[in-house]
Amino acid sequence: MSHSTGESPRQAQLRTPLGRVRGAGSAKSGVAHWWGQRVTSIALLPLTIWFIASLATSAGMPHHVAQAWIGHPLNAVLLLALIGLTFHHIAAGLQVVIEDYVKPEGRKMAAVLAVKFACTLLALAAALAVLRIAV
Amino acid sequence: MSIMQDSREATMVGRRSDGTPVRRPLSPHLQVYDMLQMTSALSISHRITGVIWSVGAAVMVWWLVAAASGPEAFATVQWFLGSFIGILFLMGLTGAAWFHTLAGVRHLLWDAGWGYDIPTVYKTGRAVLVGTGVLTAATWLALLMSW
Repeated sequence: MSHSTGESPRQAQLRTPLGRVRGAGSAKSGVAHWWGQRVTSIALLPLTIWFIASLATSAGMPHHVAQAWIGHPLNAVLLLALIGLTFHHIAAGLQVVIEDYVKPEGRKMAAVLAVKFACTLLALAAALAVLRIAV
Repeated sequence: MSIMQDSREATMVGRRSDGTPVRRPLSPHLQVYDMLQMTSALSISHRITGVIWSVGAAVMVWWLVAAASGPEAFATVQWFLGSFIGILFLMGLTGAAWFHTLAGVRHLLWDAGWGYDIPTVYKTGRAVLVGTGVLTAATWLALLMSW
């Protein structure tokens, strides 16, 4: 064992003695989740402003105009990025809300998984729609 | 216990060491907490507007899928978004989206370590509220002018 059992008071690990005995760890990937939410939010800032501004200045556009707009290569790429980042950000955000309010653990896990499945399916459906029009 | 009429009734039933029951006070909790402080009100609003925007994202998926499906499906979604309920929904969504965007920038500034002192917290909080109103109005002005 590499544990020093001497009289040195220095703490070799950041975990508490109780936490080490229980050995459960955090069981979550908190840091990656935290960063993912921040990075997607920064990327979504220009993307959502572009999307809202584009739609707000062409309200009630007919079908062929909408198809032409979605199918434009630049718009299609930005839309795909918007879709992926939006649903990544939503899944991460709703997960935190659920984890804070839903109990017990089983119902919490079921709700988080349901949100992740729904976000994945919605993102795939939206991406397929953009690709069908653009390709 | 009956429905609470007064915050002083926020007690728990305990027992003295001799076993006789006694009502002991609880710490002040939701019933005496000021829910309308700028800090806590904006904090919970950030969550609520995030959830509302998630619903808006689902409508965006509907719009895109309808555009890919054909003119009839697209006419349906355009009819809904142009209806009274649809416009009400889009107006609420625009406000929620701008609030979540501005409050999110405020959160990013906090994450960077800036703006934690109380005067700045209140200043940025007011800026978020004013900015939400201005940008929501500007968005709808642009929408109405292009209609």
